[in-house]
Amino acid sequence: MNILKFKNISYRDGDNIILDNISFEVNAGDFISIVGPSGSGKSTLLKLCSHLKSPTLGTILFNGEDISKSSPSSLRKDIAYCFQTPYLFGDTVSDNLSFPYSIRDRKVDMERINYLLSIFNIDKDFFNKTIINLSGGEKQRVALIRTLLFEPKIILLDEVTSALDVDNTLTVENVIRDLNNTGLTILWVTHNPEQSKKHANKILTLENGKISSLEVIK
Amino acid sequence: MNTATMNVSSLLIASVLVIISMGFSYFQKLKLEKETLIGVIRAIVQLTAVGYVLNFIFGLENPLFTTMLVLFMLYNAAYNASKRGKNIRNGLLISFVSIGGGTAVTLSILVIAGAIKYEPYQIVPISGMIISNAMVAIGLCYKQLISDFKNKRDEVETKLSLGADILPSSIELIRDSIKTGMLPTIDSMKTLGIVSLPGTMTGLILAGTPPLEAIKFQIMVTFMLLSTTSIAAFSACYLAYKGFFNERKQLR
Repeated sequence: MNILKFKNISYRDGDNIILDNISFEVNAGDFISIVGPSGSGKSTLLKLCSHLKSPTLGTILFNGEDISKSSPSSLRKDIAYCFQTPYLFGDTVSDNLSFPYSIRDRKVDMERINYLLSIFNIDKDFFNKTIINLSGGEKQRVALIRTLLFEPKIILLDEVTSALDVDNTLTVENVIRDLNNTGLTILWVTHNPEQSKKHANKILTLENGKISSLEVIK
Repeated sequence: MNTATMNVSSLLIASVLVIISMGFSYFQKLKLEKETLIGVIRAIVQLTAVGYVLNFIFGLENPLFTTMLVLFMLYNAAYNASKRGKNIRNGLLISFVSIGGGTAVTLSILVIAGAIKYEPYQIVPISGMIISNAMVAIGLCYKQLISDFKNKRDEVETKLSLGADILPSSIELIRDSIKTGMLPTIDSMKTLGIVSLPGTMTGLILAGTPPLEAIKFQIMVTFMLLSTTSIAAFSACYLAYKGFFNERKQLR
């Protein structure tokens, strides 16, 4: 059953056509790699999924419901988005990891935080670290943990390993694969051809704002 | 209390001060002579006209005219502040409500406390002071808000993407802007009497009021400027930030 459906989606930025009449479906549990040259509309596609932008034309359905008619905040809690350049706010890691709890009026669950820190190979004492002292790779992992605290239904990853070294890339890939095995739907934008085929069951290729292929590989 | 007076010949002699300034400009080739002359003429004409208007209104002693004059000042201040925030949606209305709210609350407290009377000779100058202070403050707030929504777009979008509503996504930007608007008032408060001898106190002393009596008025003025600035800055930022989002909680 499809969890996400793009129906004739176009997106324009002024006179520029970023996405042109795109239609495809994402099934629950899919791991889709989205590939294509720079400027082909990959990041815009993810922003449309998380409703940070609205399409100029067409409809996006999440669980059969038109996302333009649902609550943007609750939709974004279900469809988590991890940006290419992670933005950590406040002063410390704790400011970032407690934010998802504060917007839900929930108490911070240290057990859950420590579990996620451990699967991303990060020490527990990281929670109180100041973000200014973190490396690019550490920032990206903190940003990933921040999006995973409340078990979203879909996770959108925009080149999240581009700033990571080989070991950390492997750690992130394995965590994402494991999450996919538990049923989480993944849409992963990547420039790395090897990575795109590693765990994905489908590869969506974009070119000049159009789908040039949607390949089922597993 | 002695009423201060000044005869016209003294004022004419004082105009030598303007000639000194123009002389500097001429010898230093600053080319400011024309600007200075226009500025001086405008100041004389505008102040004389205001003097006649105030004389007329003070003579009427009609609360309706006083209120209308305050509303006129409010509109002009709101118009000027909204020009500072050209990217602020409904800037004129937000400015009018914010400055008006701050002015109304402050004046009400002062009148109820018996610190001032609702008489034109007290309400008009006090309103002028607090309205212009609030205008400058919210102009600064708008400038900061516009700059923050441009430069901290990633922060806001990251918080939105985590499922936050528009207020928690923008709260740091709002706080930053309120602070920016209020800091000049707080800073000038800290240096009162050390760096600056404030206008109200100086004016009263020049007009013959004993310094200790003048200080009481100055303390009241300080409190009312602080209150109006904080109410206006707070209201303006909280009303203006929503204009940076569309109805789908996306950044414009």
